[in-house]
Amino acid sequence: MSDPYFIAVSAITIASAIIALEFRELIYGAIALAITLLGVAMFFVLLDATFVAMFQITVYVGAVVVLIIFTIMLVRRESWLKLDEGGRRRVMGAVVALAVIGLVGALLAGSSIARWQASEDAPTLMQIGEEMLIYYSPAFIALAFTLAASVIGALVLAKVERGKEREGGGVEAKEDGEESGGRVGGEGGE
Amino acid sequence: MAEILDYTIVSIILLAIGIYGLTVKRNFIRMLFAVEIIINAANLNLVAFSRLMPVPNSTGQTFALFSIAIAAAEVAVGLALIIVAYRIYRNIDIKGLKRLSG
Repeated sequence: MSDPYFIAVSAITIASAIIALEFRELIYGAIALAITLLGVAMFFVLLDATFVAMFQITVYVGAVVVLIIFTIMLVRRESWLKLDEGGRRRVMGAVVALAVIGLVGALLAGSSIARWQASEDAPTLMQIGEEMLIYYSPAFIALAFTLAASVIGALVLAKVERGKEREGGGVEAKEDGEESGGRVGGEGGE
Repeated sequence: MAEILDYTIVSIILLAIGIYGLTVKRNFIRMLFAVEIIINAANLNLVAFSRLMPVPNSTGQTFALFSIAIAAAEVAVGLALIIVAYRIYRNIDIKGLKRLSG
């Protein structure tokens, strides 16, 4: 626990993780989540895993958080700010979290990894590349198909089927109709 | 250089925060945040063990790369589910999401 960089980065990461879950405004929570993910990337840099750190920043902060922020902007409503979890639920959640920390922490402190001597040299980028593209190349190809399938699945899920929505959705379709009717009426009045 | 125990402790704390979020929060997007935090705790463990074992092993970093890519796919599907749920219910309180059949 002597490394000041480690202590600073862990403080930033844990604090912003708590803020991401507890801040009332959802969009600031998303930004705090981005800071958490950057903190994890800093840990990767401290662990001499610069390629994984770069990948983390590109994929998480560059793509995932931006996607989440856009979704929040699409679906956000004021009533969520008043969504109350209830004190009892919150206390039970905190108890479960502290129990996890206590039990697994005690298990780890008693295990032999506390006495491990870390090696001096880090795995090199060449080793990672060889392993990923030669030994794990079937997994790599399967991962490519998984990504393609998930993107296609997300597009199919989010696709708007105009006709079906008007037939099926009772209340929503009516609301939509009223909204668009009101808009048209307002424009006509002007 | 921090020891491996320090990294595992930070990872456990992140995991506990994620479990707290999953059990307490009722907002769909907040639960997605909690899942992201748990996945990052797991990745941190993988990379820490890859670097700080007595014999360094690059498999941990390779698995972390795979894990990050899978997590990105999971987020895409999760956000599409949020959009569908919002379109059907005009709400993302998970108490109201009894069915997603449309």
